[in-house]
Amino acid sequence: MADPREVVLRRIRAALADSPPVPPVVRDYEVARDVGDVLDLFAERVADYRAVVRRVRVEALPVEIEASLRARGARRLVAPVDLPGWWRGGEVVWSLDGPAHPLSVRALDRADGVLTGCAVAIAETGTIVLDAGPAQGRRALTLLPDYHLCVVRADQIVGTVPEAIARLDPVRPLTFVSGPSATSDIELDRVEGVHGPRNLEVLIAH
Amino acid sequence: MTTRVALMATCLTDTFYPDTARAVVRLLERLGCVVDFPKGQTCCGQMHYNTGYRREAATLARRTAKAFAGHDAVVAPSGSCAGMVRDLYPGLSRLTVGVADRTYELSEFLVDVLGVTDVGAYFPHRVTYHPTCHSLRVLGVGDKPLRLLRAVRGLELVELSAPESCCGFGGTFAVKNADTSTAMLADKMRDVLDTGARVLTAGDNSCLMHIGGGLSRLSTGVRALHLAEILASTEEEPWAATP
Amino acid sequence: MGRNPVTWLGSPAFPSAARTALADVQLRGNLAHATGTIRGKRAAAVAELPDWERLRLAGEAIKDDVLANLDTYLTRLESQVRARGGVVHWARDAAEANAIVLRLVREAQASEVVKVKSMATAEIGLNEALAEGGVSAIETDLAELIVQLGDDRPSHILVPAIHRNRAEIRDIFRATMPHAAQVSDRPADLAEAARAHLRSKFLTAKVAISGANFAVADTGSVVVVESEGNGRMCLTLPDTLITVMGLEKVVPTWRDLEVFLQLLPRSSTAERMNPYTSVWTGVTPGDGPRAFHLVLLDNGRTATLADRVGRQALRCIRCSACLNVCPVYERTGGQAYGSVYPGPIGAILTPQLGAGTDDGPTGKLLRSLPYASSLCGACFEVCPVRIDIPEVLVHLRNRTVQEKPAYDPEAVAMAAASWVMASPRRFRLAQRLLGPLRLLARGGRIRRLPWPASRWTDSRDVPAPPKETFSAWWRRTRG
Repeated sequence: MADPREVVLRRIRAALADSPPVPPVVRDYEVARDVGDVLDLFAERVADYRAVVRRVRVEALPVEIEASLRARGARRLVAPVDLPGWWRGGEVVWSLDGPAHPLSVRALDRADGVLTGCAVAIAETGTIVLDAGPAQGRRALTLLPDYHLCVVRADQIVGTVPEAIARLDPVRPLTFVSGPSATSDIELDRVEGVHGPRNLEVLIAH
Repeated sequence: MTTRVALMATCLTDTFYPDTARAVVRLLERLGCVVDFPKGQTCCGQMHYNTGYRREAATLARRTAKAFAGHDAVVAPSGSCAGMVRDLYPGLSRLTVGVADRTYELSEFLVDVLGVTDVGAYFPHRVTYHPTCHSLRVLGVGDKPLRLLRAVRGLELVELSAPESCCGFGGTFAVKNADTSTAMLADKMRDVLDTGARVLTAGDNSCLMHIGGGLSRLSTGVRALHLAEILASTEEEPWAATP
Repeated sequence: MGRNPVTWLGSPAFPSAARTALADVQLRGNLAHATGTIRGKRAAAVAELPDWERLRLAGEAIKDDVLANLDTYLTRLESQVRARGGVVHWARDAAEANAIVLRLVREAQASEVVKVKSMATAEIGLNEALAEGGVSAIETDLAELIVQLGDDRPSHILVPAIHRNRAEIRDIFRATMPHAAQVSDRPADLAEAARAHLRSKFLTAKVAISGANFAVADTGSVVVVESEGNGRMCLTLPDTLITVMGLEKVVPTWRDLEVFLQLLPRSSTAERMNPYTSVWTGVTPGDGPRAFHLVLLDNGRTATLADRVGRQALRCIRCSACLNVCPVYERTGGQAYGSVYPGPIGAILTPQLGAGTDDGPTGKLLRSLPYASSLCGACFEVCPVRIDIPEVLVHLRNRTVQEKPAYDPEAVAMAAASWVMASPRRFRLAQRLLGPLRLLARGGRIRRLPWPASRWTDSRDVPAPPKETFSAWWRRTRG
């Protein structure tokens, strides 16, 4: 039997045999643009997704994180093992997830919430991007708990999608998160809260 | 300087709507143009082309190009026929290239070439305007017809709630998919009736034959009238239905 | 080769399927509401980007480059995925792809798989093929779940259950979900019911099946764009991930995503960004599946590629913007198109992917699809990759016409009409012959004409031919 790979490649070459060359890709769209204050815009756009967003001082992070967890009533938290230790505090039971001691799926599912940092954030679209790098953990960590508290440093926020793409390494597992999980499947209207975390809270630390 | 214009009446208007073509002549002459009606013209071939009869359409395109050779400007009271000539002729036959870039839809010709929006018209009626799909999306006439209508004395213009929604004509679509076409027509008629206008106007007699035919079937009393007939109407010589 | 499941077996030609759909008042109401909502939102989302038209041009150019060098990019993608621990399979058609997936599921010793919404797997009828092989596939996207639980067919690319309103969805859930007997028709409650229904499936599934929105040739990275988080569940929790991807979904570079991640969300759900986009490359130890299989699917794509005009349909990124603005789709809904690809893009994609099935009702359906459009052009205006859908529709109509026998009544009539129109003398004569129709007129209008003109006069009057045509008047007065 013919090798399907060879057949498909041969079909492609035959289909293209008489094709004229295509013009080069012109990228005259805007890579960066003046979006005003990126922090303000990011905060506004995250809030548009009905996520909670607050601007806090870096040095006040432990207090602010504790305040968020208290307001949420979250007591059992999970976090990546490399989360800065000084972020963790309050009357909370912390379970740390890392390559040496991964938490079970059930344990993640039972947690009240997860605290992480992020890799990049996009002001124009109100997006945070996780790349499994420092303070972020593996992908399941930010997926199963129903509440995701994410710390975004001011220097991680860029204005546009192209600026974010340029900063990211695609070979790492990436998750772009824009608001809490949602669906438009009922009458094409956006409703928050399906399988992913139904509550997203972002602390912009500057 | 006098502008010499060749009128492309279109087969439908020539056959069923002579008043529209006469209105174009009257209007253009009032604005100082010298109008000619080249005798060799028949049909631009759009119906054939859009239904998939490309070879037949090419024959008609070559004939049309020949009929209008030597004229500086060709004006058609139809967005879809002008669109056919300008947008699709070049891909059909090299022999048609000359006519394509000299062809204008009426409102474009008035606004862009003659540079007028107030054509001195008078039409004391409540009117709504349907922008036909090909005038809008193939030619890109934009708000030119509306600018012309707003300058008409006595005319009360009321806008449709969904003006850019297709009326459902679509050439042979109207008979090949008659049920869907009729459903689209019903929504367009409802929109027209909701405006309370007594006259529905557009730049294409084909779409007007479809919407007007529906309005007439329901005995709504709303008349479908080509834009040219409104623009040709003056206080001295107001529009009147041909008996 | 078996039949291509891109069309549903036994679907009638479009005009007759449309007639049935048009009679469904509930359906028309649901569609008008949903498409009306999304149209306004899309326009606003697009208006926010000052460089939208330049992004569309870039999107078009990138996809044209992909198609022109498809063999190069696919082999590059293949080697990158392999280098990062993935396995790549090639499938010539639906049956071959289904067999590969079934074999992989069996090798993973699973009898149940969770699925992320995927047009490619819907196109090849994967769920049915798995069921025949004893494997049950659970759709996890809310709309797909509604379709699956309601034993229904999809009617939209993005929102397969768009033809259902909240009350109908509530009734389906109440009847089919064990713990949803009391669920209300509030969208939030319905979403909650779906969450509860699927939670344990996600946590225990061994195998997941997805499609792909994009795959980057340079890096081997695969991208899935979604909203609910069901995609993330499937892409990260099971041990084995099988992704079925149409050949044309490859993009050359990572940078190309800066274009598509702007074009796609704003065109599809009219959002600045969809809630979740996942990107993975092969297998990452300690994070996500331990085995990754990528199935590259032809199933009519290379045949489509061979058509110089028609190939632009392969630029499609499955956003659904053309469906949402289409006046025909808005009235008939998606099921009338007889395929998982409805609306304007379906009218040009289905006949090309399914070409070769010329006999019987399927051939009739395929030939009717390019005529399921008034050529209003709204689809081209919104298409994020600038597919000139009207151009392809007319091109496919021409292909249909060329295959007609010489004695076909329409072809005969069209040839006669063009013969008449090709001569001014014959045209004037024909105009004179129409004159007697005036005898049928009352008050300047004709209400009834015999078939085939009755298809016009069933709902519209015809103006009586005037006493004098314009050309006759011109001859008489200006000579």
